Amino acid sequence: MGYSEKVMEHFMYPRNVGRIENADGVGRAGNPICGDIMAIYIKVKNDVITDIKFETFGCGAAIATSSMVTELVKGKTIEEALKITNRTVADALDGLPPIKVHCSLLAEDGVKAAITDYKKKQELKNKGKL
Amino acid sequence: MGRFIYLDHNATTSTDERVMEAMLPYFNKLYGNPSSIYRFAQEAREAKEVAREKVAKILNAKPEEIVFTSGGTEADNFAIKGIAYANKEKGNHIITSKIEHHAVLNTCKWLEKQGFQVTYLGVDKYGIVDLDELKDAITDKTILITIMHANNEIGTIEPIEEIGKILQEINKQRITNNKPRIYFHTDAVQTVGKIPIDVNKIGVDLLSLSGHKFYGPKGVGALFIRKRTKINSLLHGGHHERNRRAGTENVPGIVGLGKTCEIAMEEQEKEEKKLKALRDRLEKGIVEKIDDVIINGHPEKRLAGTLNICVKYVEGESMLLNLDLEGIAASSGSACTSGTLEPSHVLLALGIPSEVAHGSLRFSLGRDNTEEDINRVIEVLPLIVKKLRAMSPFGKGREGGLRWDTQKR
Repeated sequence: MGYSEKVMEHFMYPRNVGRIENADGVGRAGNPICGDIMAIYIKVKNDVITDIKFETFGCGAAIATSSMVTELVKGKTIEEALKITNRTVADALDGLPPIKVHCSLLAEDGVKAAITDYKKKQELKNKGKL
Repeated sequence: MGRFIYLDHNATTSTDERVMEAMLPYFNKLYGNPSSIYRFAQEAREAKEVAREKVAKILNAKPEEIVFTSGGTEADNFAIKGIAYANKEKGNHIITSKIEHHAVLNTCKWLEKQGFQVTYLGVDKYGIVDLDELKDAITDKTILITIMHANNEIGTIEPIEEIGKILQEINKQRITNNKPRIYFHTDAVQTVGKIPIDVNKIGVDLLSLSGHKFYGPKGVGALFIRKRTKINSLLHGGHHERNRRAGTENVPGIVGLGKTCEIAMEEQEKEEKKLKALRDRLEKGIVEKIDDVIINGHPEKRLAGTLNICVKYVEGESMLLNLDLEGIAASSGSACTSGTLEPSHVLLALGIPSEVAHGSLRFSLGRDNTEEDINRVIEVLPLIVKKLRAMSPFGKGREGGLRWDTQKR
């Protein structure tokens, strides 16, 4: 398939697999019809993503990018996390085969969706308080 | 890691040592050009004609009805384009199926761009072409029907003999009514050397075969063209192959193909029995050990060595990568392995939803496989599936998370 060693390493031993119960934000990206779907769960404290977990249905690249993006995001502020692009993820994995680049979009989209969900929940909470 | 286990024989096979031995002299000892007139070249010419007899024999055809090609893809292109262009004054309609190999499908799609009309027949859940749909699809403009003998992905064997009989009747009437005769082609790349074939019994006018799918060399195949078939050449040049296929013949490859056919005629029956036993063992083992697995293809009318399954909630390529790390080579019809964003057109034609088709695995067994190989797959695959399912957002009866069956299309 032409995957880098780093991709294979993350594929074989993915980091942060699983779900977070009572997550502060949940994001989904992809579509099982296309063969890749990802769910991302985040815990946020003082604007910092303190914990992150993922579940992915997909190919080797989809699983490796999911794993890598959780590593990149963990411990970052919301603002920093939003700056992570598919390119950042692919570069951190020493590149992806051209046909697999769309899998790295999944990772970026998943994180952004989780943050959007978190912000929405915060807004609702704040409104509730007001 | 243990022994390397090759379970992708529908993709290609290793060349038989006996075949390699037969080919060797024709590289640097009897290397004459069969078209040359001196005696030295005659040896190559004779070897080529002996090979033609052997290829004819496995099909119960006449030697002069065999044209050597560079493989299955060229044979399919030759048959389809050759018939289409030679008969285009009589009609422009071609009938094929949705589950053909790309060598047939993409040739038909290209012909559509050139002004031909193509009907793509559907199949039932086992992959069998509907004969009534086929009869209904025939028009006054139909000149060619091309249906594969057995499907490369799921192994389903099509009712070629029945179609041959139907066409024989129809052609009788058409000839008396002054309508164009319908030619019948079958892509038999997956069946030659695996099941007995008699071109007269199955009633085809053209049949494609490929050497490397049954322990012959790559880069050589043949097209059977029944006598009196009106066909155009694909390659123009010298007067090779009775003016039907120009280009200096691949003598070593042709000799190899002949030897491959000779060996297959001797051994195919015994091999088929062995493969079926191993395949059934693998199928049973997988079904017993893994939940939510679908077996694709016809339960009985199926190539002995082919097992195609869909494992729900996981994706094919990630299973293949894990199998590869265990030294097991197989294939999948997932989008990620096909190089497109669509899963296998064959599995979709069976009515399998995309998300399930992405979790397909094909094991195609061959003569070197042993019971231990099969046991190893039965041992390793359930662990791989368990690991990937633990990572998947889908699953049977999962609370929360994503629901598999309610995903919108």
